[in-house]
Amino acid sequence: MAGGADPDPNEPKEIVGRSPGQLAFRRLRRDRTAVVSGFIVAAIAIIAFGAPVISAIYGQDPTTPNPDLLDLDGRPLGLLNGVSGKHWLGLQPSTGRDVFMQLVYGMRTSLIIALIGSILTIAFGSVIGAIAGYFGGKIDAVINWITDVAMAFPFLIFALAVVPVVGSAIVGDEEVPGPFVRSAMLMGIFIILGWMGSARLVRGQVISLREREFVEAARASGASNFHIIFKQVLPNVWAPILVTFSLLVPQLITTEAALSFLGVGVPEPTPDLGRVILDAVNVMQGEGMWFYFLCAGGVLFLLVLTFNLLGDAVRDALDPKSTR
Amino acid sequence: MLRFVVRRVLLAVLTLFAVSVITFTLFFAVPSDPAQLMCSKDCTHEQIEQTRDALGLNDPIVTQYTDYMTGIFVGRDIGKGEAKVRCDAPCFGYSYRDNESVWSNIKDAAPITLSIAVGAWIIQTLLGITIGVIAALRRGSVIDKVAVGSTLIGASMPVYFFSAILLLVFVYTTNIIPRPVYTPLLDNPAKWALGMLLPWLSLALIGYANEARMTRATMLETLSEDFVRTAKAKGVPKGQVHRRHALRASITPVITISGMNLGYLMGGAVITETVFGLPGLGKLSVDAVSTLNLPIVMATVLIAALAIVIMTMVVDFLYAVIDPRVRLS
Repeated sequence: MAGGADPDPNEPKEIVGRSPGQLAFRRLRRDRTAVVSGFIVAAIAIIAFGAPVISAIYGQDPTTPNPDLLDLDGRPLGLLNGVSGKHWLGLQPSTGRDVFMQLVYGMRTSLIIALIGSILTIAFGSVIGAIAGYFGGKIDAVINWITDVAMAFPFLIFALAVVPVVGSAIVGDEEVPGPFVRSAMLMGIFIILGWMGSARLVRGQVISLREREFVEAARASGASNFHIIFKQVLPNVWAPILVTFSLLVPQLITTEAALSFLGVGVPEPTPDLGRVILDAVNVMQGEGMWFYFLCAGGVLFLLVLTFNLLGDAVRDALDPKSTR
Repeated sequence: MLRFVVRRVLLAVLTLFAVSVITFTLFFAVPSDPAQLMCSKDCTHEQIEQTRDALGLNDPIVTQYTDYMTGIFVGRDIGKGEAKVRCDAPCFGYSYRDNESVWSNIKDAAPITLSIAVGAWIIQTLLGITIGVIAALRRGSVIDKVAVGSTLIGASMPVYFFSAILLLVFVYTTNIIPRPVYTPLLDNPAKWALGMLLPWLSLALIGYANEARMTRATMLETLSEDFVRTAKAKGVPKGQVHRRHALRASITPVITISGMNLGYLMGGAVITETVFGLPGLGKLSVDAVSTLNLPIVMATVLIAALAIVIMTMVVDFLYAVIDPRVRLS
């Protein structure tokens, strides 16, 4: 490491005690990629969660159709797909909705589902993994087998089929599930088919911590298993859990959009990135439509890319030994 | 070794059994009335009754399940009385929409998926390992940075966006490559390869990212190990140190990723097949889901799970061959 952080190298260094967390944060701050991607992620979060504010300033909302700006075939009038000062990224063909607002609100949908989904998935996986690692023996063997079973499911095909079947069981055959039911179902699928990674990781860590003195001490002083797992062992595993979390978020963003792309995501009229991309792919052969297509796919790509960059940086900061 | 193989195969069978039970229950027991669900809104009462009969939905769920599984292994008779049809093994039932057997649907789709999967897998594995090794050997150089950057892009690129870019650039705009179609390999190998080229590229360039990253990371780790230094100090030629000592020691995690990738690909490249309009297993299941054709969906889930379980098993066997410690644990 370059000694750039110290103002004067001749002055005797003051020895400061730092927790592993503080050390990791310092490493993260020195990593240029991490800082840049961190800022971009923050900006994306502000844009996405401030969508209503942006909508008010920009003067458009995501669902208003603009039939007067479309020609008789539903093609937006004007440059590319109707790009203008009022509609920065043009309009969606046939519906005439503002593309920019669709993407901003779509990012919000995507982020909410990916973030909550990741937190729940990791929490569930960590608890299962901790139980397997801590108790060992038969419990461990059974959980391992359940992990194998869950890993054998073909994710996309299964998710595609389960959403309509379970949806109909929840709301009845006649109704279409609303955005909240659908989002909850998507998160449910992410948890059920996605907990295995963090479970395996936490299990391995817990096995190595199980026999350490502090656990023995806790047990000797009469602490319950519950207390030992959640208060003694799990807090020591937060670093790898955080790494898995930061790498899971971009994965779920892509997956959520993939499910929407295939038609089982959040339903209309809630804007969704995957659905915008599907719409763009369907019309991309049309004249000037490449711009709409690139905007739709490009937003998702950049979203996932910056989250991946940040995730990599978090891993490097928390695990100095890693060579990537 | 024999004990290890037997135990592993039993575990795989047990896993598949669990997958089949869960899937079957979800599709045929959770919905209040699967026949109504599969029928379109304007279905008459008789049609629903017919579907129910044909699928044996009036039987208890356990009987339905055992009938279904018997059908897969030895074949069975479907329907009652005059409408009885013999369905030979492997019998996955009848697609209730066109009354064609599910198995014939799958037989038509499987070669397409297999062509896409194997081709894409070969490209991504060769590319992934080569680029990963080169990047590790030239750590910090421009080549390394370009390689790491490209894997990051590959890992962040959604496959539906990338497939569509390929389609837009090579087919719609420049017309360099015709729209992907499937020609059987034995009919015309050149046409087959040309038709599969874009699906291969779209899957391989995304899939290679993981393999390259993993190869690079493990290779860097082994290159700093003592035995590599010893080999170098002994005067073993550089190329041989890298190939015989470093690569062999670092290849195992790459085999896992690569083998699992093949398993997932063989279950149907759902998105790629949808974007390119190739009627493989993935497209078959997407279409079946949109009409809620449950017998077909059930079969595609089972076949995809079979591919994954088999590949996981193969990976474990390879591990055991490479690393004796695995056998003993």
